[in-house]
Amino acid sequence: MLIIVNGREEQIAQGSALAEYIRSKDLASGEFIYILNEMLIERERLENTILKERDRLEVLKFVGGG
Amino acid sequence: MDDKLFLGGREISSRLFLGTGKFPAKTVIPAAIARSGSQVITMALRRVDFDSPAENILTYIPKECILLPNTSGARNSDEAVRIARIARAAGCGSWVKIEVISDNKYLLPDNAETIKAAALLAKEGFVVLPYMSPDLMDARRLQEAGAAAVMPLGAPIGSNRGLKTKELIRILIDEISIPVIVDAGIGKPSEAAEAMEMGAGAVLVNTAIATARDPVLMAEAFALAVKAGRQAYLAGLGATKDYAEASSPLTGFLQER
Repeated sequence: MLIIVNGREEQIAQGSALAEYIRSKDLASGEFIYILNEMLIERERLENTILKERDRLEVLKFVGGG
Repeated sequence: MDDKLFLGGREISSRLFLGTGKFPAKTVIPAAIARSGSQVITMALRRVDFDSPAENILTYIPKECILLPNTSGARNSDEAVRIARIARAAGCGSWVKIEVISDNKYLLPDNAETIKAAALLAKEGFVVLPYMSPDLMDARRLQEAGAAAVMPLGAPIGSNRGLKTKELIRILIDEISIPVIVDAGIGKPSEAAEAMEMGAGAVLVNTAIATARDPVLMAEAFALAVKAGRQAYLAGLGATKDYAEASSPLTGFLQER
């Protein structure tokens, strides 16, 4: 199925949990901020959040800035 | 001497705010923060690049600092509000530097959109610090909108060109009752001192420190300059004159007969 991650379309397996997706990207889940369809997903909910067709996911982090 | 800066209901220990962009290595940041004595530290929110997911900047900012996430990347008030809400929801606290920029060459702020975002975010309980072009009427609108301070630019972001907008900032300091924090353009400690001598509440410095040959040493140089400038403001500068006025007595010269 198709989801949109950071503005780019991506194909993933049906029924994937957000946590699985993060593991597939080799990201340490604690480091980042996950916004699914404009809602912040807290770390403890990553395992139970199942991605759906055309979900919009933003994976963000704080960086240096002035 | 009782000279405290209060922002968002908190007493701020240092009038030097520090940005965390452009440092040669993130590992330099903790030492630069320590030597600057800064308590208010800015950072930005960005999408993760999956090919090179860099480390979280928060790892390098001591826990006792006040985090001031900026809304850089926002081109209008809606985008700024969204970034502010995400930063707060992500546990960054409720302070935000509103930065709305649609001009890519000079990175000048859009005051009208900034005022809109400030009004909304102040109502939502944010401590709102808006980056702005130094315009008196807009500064008044930001004050009415509930901003905790106004942050006029001295010169374009990252330009190190100094207090080019000095006369306009002087007017803001005279007319606006919330603190005026000079943000952007300050390139040298002497310029930070000058802003403080004029009565600025604080200065926000990033590029001048981060891109110095020795950022940690420069952080301390700025801290000293900000303290000196503030003390000079409190002491009250002497009047300037067009002609000389001797400092030594004009009587009793040794060659007089």
